Amino acid sequence: MRLSLTTLLVLAAACASAGARPAQQQPAPAKASADSSSVDRPQYPSTYQRRPNPPVLIKNATIMTATGQEIANGSILFKDGRIVAVGTSVQAPADAIVVDGTGKFVTPGIIDVHSHLGVYAAPGTDAESDGNEATNPVTAEVWAEHSFWPQDPQIPLAIAGGVTTIQALPGSANLIGGRSAVLKLVPSRTVQGMKFPNAPYGLKMACGENPKRVYGNRGGPSTRMGNMAGYRAAFIAAEDYRRRWDKWNSDHQGDPPGRNLRLETLAEVLRGHILVQNHCYRADEMAQMMDLAREFGFHIRAFHHAVEAYKVADLLAANGVAAAMWADWWGFKEEAMDGVQQNLALVQQAGARATIHSDDPGGIQRLNQEVAKAMYAGIRAGIPITRDQALRWMTANPAWVLGIDSITGTLEPGKMADVVLWSADPFSVYAKAIQVYNDGWLVYDRNDPAHQPRSDFELGQEPAPGSDR
Amino acid sequence: MIAFLLAQTIAITGGTVYPVSGPRIEHATVLIRDGRIVAVGANVTVPADATKIDATGKWVTPGLIDGAGQMGLTEISAVPGDNEAQLRGSDIAASFNVAEGINPASNLIPITRVEGVTTTLAAPAGGWIEGQAVLIDLDGATIEQMLVKSPVGIVVDMSEGSKDAGGNSRAGVAGRLRRVFNDALEYSRRKADYSRAQMQQLAAPAAELEALLPVLRGQLPLIVYANRVYKLKVILAGAAEGWEIAGDIAAAGVPVLVEPMDNIPSYDALGIRYENAAVLAKAGVKVSLLETDTHNSRRIRQQAGNAVSFGMTWDQALRAVTLTPAETFGVADRYGSLDVGKVANVVVWSGDPFEIATGVEHVFIRGHEIPLTSRQTELLQRYKKLPPSY
Repeated sequence: MRLSLTTLLVLAAACASAGARPAQQQPAPAKASADSSSVDRPQYPSTYQRRPNPPVLIKNATIMTATGQEIANGSILFKDGRIVAVGTSVQAPADAIVVDGTGKFVTPGIIDVHSHLGVYAAPGTDAESDGNEATNPVTAEVWAEHSFWPQDPQIPLAIAGGVTTIQALPGSANLIGGRSAVLKLVPSRTVQGMKFPNAPYGLKMACGENPKRVYGNRGGPSTRMGNMAGYRAAFIAAEDYRRRWDKWNSDHQGDPPGRNLRLETLAEVLRGHILVQNHCYRADEMAQMMDLAREFGFHIRAFHHAVEAYKVADLLAANGVAAAMWADWWGFKEEAMDGVQQNLALVQQAGARATIHSDDPGGIQRLNQEVAKAMYAGIRAGIPITRDQALRWMTANPAWVLGIDSITGTLEPGKMADVVLWSADPFSVYAKAIQVYNDGWLVYDRNDPAHQPRSDFELGQEPAPGSDR
Repeated sequence: MIAFLLAQTIAITGGTVYPVSGPRIEHATVLIRDGRIVAVGANVTVPADATKIDATGKWVTPGLIDGAGQMGLTEISAVPGDNEAQLRGSDIAASFNVAEGINPASNLIPITRVEGVTTTLAAPAGGWIEGQAVLIDLDGATIEQMLVKSPVGIVVDMSEGSKDAGGNSRAGVAGRLRRVFNDALEYSRRKADYSRAQMQQLAAPAAELEALLPVLRGQLPLIVYANRVYKLKVILAGAAEGWEIAGDIAAAGVPVLVEPMDNIPSYDALGIRYENAAVLAKAGVKVSLLETDTHNSRRIRQQAGNAVSFGMTWDQALRAVTLTPAETFGVADRYGSLDVGKVANVVVWSGDPFEIATGVEHVFIRGHEIPLTSRQTELLQRYKKLPPSY
């Protein structure tokens, strides 16, 4: 079953004041009444606001839409944060800024579904190591946004690589690591100012080696079967919690059940409001996790790092589970031994959703190159991958993984104007993002230091302003 | 290995040949006999008995050289038993030569060479004076067959990572290194006193000091991992802030090994930047480009492409993954360019080797054509069409 964002929003509305807060980042209620509890008050709502920008027309460029077509000598017009028109002849309003895209390429903004920017910030000291709450194998109660440092100097680097949206995740030390944050990649003093409006939360879960390595000598789990028992125990408790709250929400008999942050998040997974983002390398473990999801009646949105996704691509397709993958990482641990460069292509070929991801502050700057490597590896192996399919690996498909595919991820009228202008074919190693528009705002311009964000951390330190580092 | 030993003549014809040592040659032939290059040019007569490789429309370059990594010394990074690169127990391991730990059957070797990387460093990793690095060709049934040169240098880590060696202080590390060097020289002058136990305690065991003597005599480079720069006669590796003193490095004639895609600032390298390789090269520094992830040594061509994107010329970048590392490691008489007499490590590419669309068509190591198969290609073949049951 695939849940569209619309479905999720409807479900969320139906479950408002559900004890566990709806996972969507909803506007704050006007005023909490004196006798209401924390459950009814706003939970760290998004304060993101679109920055004003004149309308922009990029013309004479190759427009790569991620909707199946690549338009030579095409134009794209966006205004007030929305794409207005895409095609071969687009009329610009008088106040539009016209950008000559001759010889250049336009794509949707890149979306990275697996980032630790902000939670493992540069310069990488222990003081900034805020990604793993490695104190218990189940920490569904923690939220990545509460660790996120908006002044991470890696953020401007990712922006310069054409990335407009990320999912910042807790690390993989725990079976259940906590909530993710879906963020617009714009300079901001607060994480709330980056939170993607109305994006559902994700829940980080992790299979395999990491949890058993971290907890093997600390009370367990120490085995993969211990991992499975750990997830099951957590969701059994969440089922009970959900039942008690759902009952109280419908009848308001007696005192409300006690609030438990850990179970609240898991109950929201069971209600389908929070999307499970599951770190899982091995094919056989993915099959186990899909069985686990069936046992508890939830859906896994995507397997991340899915190095062996190609071995069960048919199962992923049948279950509507996406796979987020690297182009060529392998071998750094045993469960990563069977990496092949055709992983994305094989998953695509089987009809499942293939998605690139970085998990890395370097890789996030070159996701277009990562996609190109995966695409050409597939093509060279005789797997027929189109340029549009490959483009979707870093745009429309990651948007689906995050539940925001109705809002962004393609270039078509009505979509959010997350747009990148490239110096050349983005599948070339020599291509660079020269302009990045986030929600219609020119957040980055390679040729204009006034549009090259720098974090507070970088001030007063080499390299000089305007550099890509 | 039979083919490796047999006399064999191979003619790679019709391609655009990039000898590196000179300008490119269109429609040229590279003639290989008995593992060596015997002719390169547009007017080479192809012997009748030669095995012909038609490279029309293709690009022909020397095999790429990655001057970094632990090839053959690591299999799965996180599995301790697989790792042979660190000598534990002492942070001064100058006499530790990694060669005997190399596994010629490592899965990483075919996975790397089928993508055009024919020669890599196998370097120690971990500790302070980490040991002796060697250069290997990625073919051969035995360590001896693989070795190109052993050692090519002694590796010392002067980055943030080794501060424990000097009381958690960079000045402490530098001071200790001077003491070790001084004691090595003192030891070499007074070996008789040493054997009579008439010397004060030395900064390291005699075997380690002995191993450092070729470095101190200028016979063997010291490969220094440093992001901030020290003034030593060395090969600098890392050198993230090298661009800040590019002129000094060039004037000192110190070769530099750089990973160009690395641009994440740390307190060890606040000045790190994409343009480092380009700035160094422009100043006249001998720059080699690296991919330091041993498992993805094949990504060195992407490193080179990105170095071009950020200011290196294409020719500089090709040299930086072929002839320059060969010079830096002292094997340019045999490696790094397509010239008569050189070892026939040759790659035929479908196009620009740095471009992502380009694939490898043929790889020759010591004149032996390498089958383009690896554990990864076998996994691909098994799963390209999913088996009916699992």
